[in-house]
Amino acid sequence: MPIQQANWSPYDNNGGTCVAIAGSDYCVIAADTRMSTGYSILTRDYSKIIQLAEKSVMASSGFQADVRALQKVLEARHLTYQHQHNKQMSCPAMAQLLSNTLYYKRFFPYYSFNVLGGLDNEGKGCVFTYDAVGSYERVGYSSQGSGSTLIMPFLDNQLKSPSPLLLPAKDAVTPLSESEAVDLVKTCFASATERDIYTGDKLEILVLNATGVHREYMELRKD
Amino acid sequence: MFRNQYDTDVTTWSPAGRLFQVEYAMEAVKQGSAAIGLRSKTHVVLASVNKANSELSSHQKKIFKVDDHIGVAIAGLTADGRVLSRYMRSECINYSYSYESQLPVGRLVVQLADKAQVCTQRSWKRPYGVGLLVGGLDESGAHLYYNCPSGNYFEYQAFAIGSRSQAAKTYMERKFETFTEASRENLIKDALFALRETLQGEKLTSSICTVAVVGIGEAFHILDKETVQALINEFEIAGEEAPADETAPQDQDGDAQPAAADQGPADQGVAPMDM
Repeated sequence: MPIQQANWSPYDNNGGTCVAIAGSDYCVIAADTRMSTGYSILTRDYSKIIQLAEKSVMASSGFQADVRALQKVLEARHLTYQHQHNKQMSCPAMAQLLSNTLYYKRFFPYYSFNVLGGLDNEGKGCVFTYDAVGSYERVGYSSQGSGSTLIMPFLDNQLKSPSPLLLPAKDAVTPLSESEAVDLVKTCFASATERDIYTGDKLEILVLNATGVHREYMELRKD
Repeated sequence: MFRNQYDTDVTTWSPAGRLFQVEYAMEAVKQGSAAIGLRSKTHVVLASVNKANSELSSHQKKIFKVDDHIGVAIAGLTADGRVLSRYMRSECINYSYSYESQLPVGRLVVQLADKAQVCTQRSWKRPYGVGLLVGGLDESGAHLYYNCPSGNYFEYQAFAIGSRSQAAKTYMERKFETFTEASRENLIKDALFALRETLQGEKLTSSICTVAVVGIGEAFHILDKETVQALINEFEIAGEEAPADETAPQDQDGDAQPAAADQGPADQGVAPMDM
């Protein structure tokens, strides 16, 4: 009898793309709302973004069942934190918690590619980007998911600071205003939607700043 | 009587069929400083007397938020109360996690009661020395329960526990029929009046009491000192008038200063372990 291999996987990829950009006093977090499996669409209207705390918003692509389970764990942990410390978790604290939660399942990972955005303790925008097992880094901008390979090089071109080794010395990137950042995000998704079959339908954008959270939607191509 | 022979551990019955250790635990509740609760159809108000040991120390926390829809006021061994609050919070979080909805108050108090009962039937444990007034809202409306160290629990329209709670209960017995339909403001005022009864002449100020509210569309929260003091002023200036008068103007000039002076003599009714 020939050797038989397991043909059942506990994971599925529901596709989708997430992006986050940090500004001087704001943060933009965006994700498309398409949920797919294989070459089919499950729904055109599923949010991948969740607000975990007053100043922390997480967007996750990958296997949405694992994403939802991860969101629930973080929500419960945040409640406990609030009971113990009498305050909301800061974004850097939530970033560490997310990393620890992901690594906790190092040997049966959450199939979740996350991007955490928010305001740090000084009120400046911050973005943290993760792999599936919790390796994370604070960055100025990031994208994850099926369209990230199309979006990330574009963001690098637009947002990355020039090297300090360059001669003649070039200015650091001019600070992006909130509306410029939102427009940039819309451009990213419009482009990614063209070539990535798993990205499209609708774009959900959250802007986090000192006044609170503001939500915006934009239609994307549905093919 | 035979009390001293049968009260050494909780697993010994007395000939009269009593568990003295459990009754002693209930005594601990009576020694704690007062906590009261009242409910209407839409709101529950919890209030407690917060006496500090000395002017230098902070007040003991006696009211805890358990979840957005449930809060608890305790009397007795506050350390036991803190631990049980942590248990209640954990139960609410776990229920929300599993069922994505709020834990009904009645379920929580049963779990709490069962937990207390365990301690009355283990030779290596002691009963919790704290009484809990659990106030909360769920689909079936507003609820107020009292959980005692024996593992029993009862639902109430209004109740008071701790030292001199009988004075508050007497006041509430006269007025409880108005509570169901009472407005949120009147309910809070009734709570403050009832609380004042337990002080026996001592001046009620926001520095020695804590008031918390939960209601339909209103998450459980503790009222801040300014709000409480404003409400106290509103009825204290009006004198011994019944608090049903909603049109009483908010007069801030007269009694704005809280009297922190007379805390010494009133401390005698409170057992040291409550602090």
